[in-house]
Amino acid sequence: MYQYDEHDQRLLDERVAQFRDQMRRHLAGELPDDEFRPLRLQNGLYIQRHAPMFRISVPYGHLASRQLRRLAHLARSYDRGYAHFTTRTNVQFNWPKLEDVPEMLAELASVQMHANQTSGNCIRNITADPFAGVAADEVADPRPFAEILRQWATYNPEFAFLPRKFKIAFNSAAEDRVVLRVYDIGLDLVRNDAGELGFRVLVGGGLGRTPILGEEIKPFLPWQHLISYCEAILRVYNRWGRRDNLWKARIKILVKALGPEAFGREVEEEWANSKDGPNTITAAELARVSAHFAPPAYEALPAQDAAFDELLAGNKAFATWVKRNVRTHRQPGYASVVLSLKKTGTAPGDVTAEQMDAIADLAERFSFGEARMLHEQNVALADVRRAELFALWQAARAAGLATPNIGLLTDIICCPGGDFCSLANARSIPIADAIQRRFDDLDYQHDIGEIDLNISGCMNSCGHHHVGHIGILGVDKNDSEWYQVSIGGTQGNGTTLGKVIGPSFAQDEVVGVIEKLLETYVELRHEDERFIDTVQRVGTEPFKARVYADRQPQRKAAHV
Amino acid sequence: MSDKIIKNGRVVADDRLTVILAEGEAPADIAVPAGPVLVPLAVWQARRDELLARARSGDLGVWLAAGEDVAAIADDLGLLQVIGLHFPKFTDGRSYSAATLLRTRYGYQGELRAIGQVLRDQFNYMTRCGFDALQPPAGRYTDAQLEAAVVSIDDFTQPYQRSVQDPLPLFRRVERGTGREVQQ
Repeated sequence: MYQYDEHDQRLLDERVAQFRDQMRRHLAGELPDDEFRPLRLQNGLYIQRHAPMFRISVPYGHLASRQLRRLAHLARSYDRGYAHFTTRTNVQFNWPKLEDVPEMLAELASVQMHANQTSGNCIRNITADPFAGVAADEVADPRPFAEILRQWATYNPEFAFLPRKFKIAFNSAAEDRVVLRVYDIGLDLVRNDAGELGFRVLVGGGLGRTPILGEEIKPFLPWQHLISYCEAILRVYNRWGRRDNLWKARIKILVKALGPEAFGREVEEEWANSKDGPNTITAAELARVSAHFAPPAYEALPAQDAAFDELLAGNKAFATWVKRNVRTHRQPGYASVVLSLKKTGTAPGDVTAEQMDAIADLAERFSFGEARMLHEQNVALADVRRAELFALWQAARAAGLATPNIGLLTDIICCPGGDFCSLANARSIPIADAIQRRFDDLDYQHDIGEIDLNISGCMNSCGHHHVGHIGILGVDKNDSEWYQVSIGGTQGNGTTLGKVIGPSFAQDEVVGVIEKLLETYVELRHEDERFIDTVQRVGTEPFKARVYADRQPQRKAAHV
Repeated sequence: MSDKIIKNGRVVADDRLTVILAEGEAPADIAVPAGPVLVPLAVWQARRDELLARARSGDLGVWLAAGEDVAAIADDLGLLQVIGLHFPKFTDGRSYSAATLLRTRYGYQGELRAIGQVLRDQFNYMTRCGFDALQPPAGRYTDAQLEAAVVSIDDFTQPYQRSVQDPLPLFRRVERGTGREVQQ
């Protein structure tokens, strides 16, 4: 994991001092609300429905145990004892006091954490494959590049006031685990025919009101040019992106207006001026940063462990958890574990201070003191000895972190919604809760199999509803909460946007709609077909017909 | 209230007028006041020959709106002594790129003045992008507040990025450690 040197630490300390002074001037009446707003946003501080919301950045999702403990401490000291893990590997506190935030930032800075640019029209937290460094299908480790780009983006003087927010993600494996095509810039780590490392560059993706998938503008960018090329993209966007309409200000609108090819040409033209200049990444810098991500001190272990196999055969609950929550690892004798933050009765992604401490302990005891956040709002321990999986499972179970539902129906991606967020049109947590309660039976969930159900409380799409196999979107109709349902969205390599099945539903109808969608799937599925496979094979019609079957007569009657 | 500006990190008196075209006014017709002025790009383009001597002496400069392309004055950079770049809102970041381009791509050496919604919390970023003159809106700060604001220019002493102020990125500027020394 990256460890700050004196320069990283000084910059962060200077940022804390800067914001402390801005807060002081704001509270003294010298810095009016409208001038303070963009400053506090770029330090993660929102004013929300009930209280301020404070969003902390976790670069490419990596958390050390001591950082988790500091988050737990913040939850206890400044909040109500819990935090929320988001789809962009940020951590949110929902109940801090405005005037406490500079002190919270100082506490975070002491463990090399921050809230840099987690909101505002600037370059946001950069995400990468959560299984970087351990996935068998990896091309190369994306983390050194993500860190180098994080440094370039942090307090970048030219790109702090873009037309709109800007999100960058790295994929580095055969299987896309970051939803690369929904990012403003998607960097796909690849090797060319000569075996050299570089990036396939996608641009112009994004969810939100106008969901668009990113398009390739460069098939191979040698890694040395990562900064200069990204700078060229940002400069073209900063100069020519629309600023007259909030809803048309993302880079995706500019790329769509020009067309990806013409946009790519603009970037090439801009890049020609800076290519091979001082921003060219040196081999020494890559080596320096890469050293921070060297593999941990693995033991030489056999791939098979007889004791583990015995426990697996003898304990059904353990075997179920292993099947759902444990992933293969490239190192023999090791595995990666996903701790579920989706226990029924808890808002998806919410984690208590005690659980954060527990994750810190588990990471220390079983996984070299590091944990990783997943965009699905769960937490992974990447480097666990297979022989210790049983002990880990027992400890995780005691902490309420071992629900064996990863990838299943109750592993719902869900934004905080109208219970907290002032942007939301509708609440999303009660919908997730109702679905989790209705389908809590594990045997049923395992029979339904892998399915992504994503919920957003508004068009801003923090809950990634567009790419859920089932997507639920909160909408406002005459000041009441309604829910629009889509099916057929997918994340991963074949990312596609779901299709809305028809008119929206009242809150108490949603569970029934999900039930009908699942019944239709069970009736139509071929053997080994997942929900999404069936939707892709038969189309949305049979699902629509079932869901709206009872509604048709009512609507006709209404027109009479 | 202050009518002063910050020039090269110091608060100084300044009487340069910014000429703004009112609606319906034609660049060719407006009266350009005597004394130090900044005129809109359109006025400069319409009356370059007439204004040339004043530009050479530094008496007259040209300001660009946020959406105007700096390439439009690329050929005049050898003679212009003062260029203004406008911030219609402090959250409109186009002039940061314009400043960077003027200083790096076009090699402009004269005064580069930030005008419009120029606020102290952006002084550091503006300076790093090549602005050497910062002109907050008239009346926004008292003299004392402006004096106090000068320190904001140095909010970040050793930034990560290459910029106009720091021609090299941090990884080429300093010897960087492995990070072990600050590990707790």
